[in-house]
Amino acid sequence: MHIDWANFTAIESTLGGVLIGLAAVLLMAFNGRIMGVSGIASAAITGGAGRSWRIAFLIGTILGPVVYLLAFGTIEMVMVASLPLLAVAGLLVGFGTAIGSGCTSGHGICGISRFSVRSIGATVTFVAAGMVTVFIIGLF
Amino acid sequence: MNKASVSALFIGLIFGFGLALAGMLNPAKVQGFLDITRLWDPSLAFVMVGGIGVAAIGFPLVKHRQNPVLEERFHFPDLVKLDRPLLIGAAFFGVGWGLGGLCPGPAVAVLSLAFWPVVIFVVFMGIGLIAGQKLKAKF
Repeated sequence: MHIDWANFTAIESTLGGVLIGLAAVLLMAFNGRIMGVSGIASAAITGGAGRSWRIAFLIGTILGPVVYLLAFGTIEMVMVASLPLLAVAGLLVGFGTAIGSGCTSGHGICGISRFSVRSIGATVTFVAAGMVTVFIIGLF
Repeated sequence: MNKASVSALFIGLIFGFGLALAGMLNPAKVQGFLDITRLWDPSLAFVMVGGIGVAAIGFPLVKHRQNPVLEERFHFPDLVKLDRPLLIGAAFFGVGWGLGGLCPGPAVAVLSLAFWPVVIFVVFMGIGLIAGQKLKAKF
């Protein structure tokens, strides 16, 4: 293993993480909800009570990078998968987070910071599965 | 728009801005973090340190209140034990995350760039979410 110093963004990533953590705390303080995007998206699709705040949150999530663009000009984004592979990846991400009750935000940030055994188990599992997947992709 | 939605909109904005600043909107960077056996970009570990650090301090402070500012009660998850669906689901999710370099938050946030391959990802993620909800009991 070698560290990719050229792409390493310790300060930006830490500050970005701080804002993500702040958003999670604020959503609990004001709305009484865990900031888990897979759960929020799922309930926004299926509807029912609480749909409006969820849709508002998702719209805010889309507007955040727009504000970032206005402030800093560019967002670096390099896609890594072909269209068919992206479709499969999306399906797996949606299916997996529904079965596994959460994703990077809900388990990885909110759950771990509450020392939830379930969230720690889920996060270790999805990070490990992601690492194995990327290792295998690199063989081809 | 009610107060809870206005609050959620602004909080979503902070979240989306944070994701962009952190580098989470870049699938190549996410794969770089997961690529530990080759050239490893540890940046996303710092996202977790920043996020978990703030939330670990903030959540206990929030719990001092009787109830949230805008709602009747706090909704914390009830389940506490590891179970099969949790781990199987997390494994499926990890494979998809590694393949596409996108998880749900960044996938939604990156819609802002109006890049249509991401729309494909998000549509299939939505299908997966609904399918998973319906099949969850079978795992």
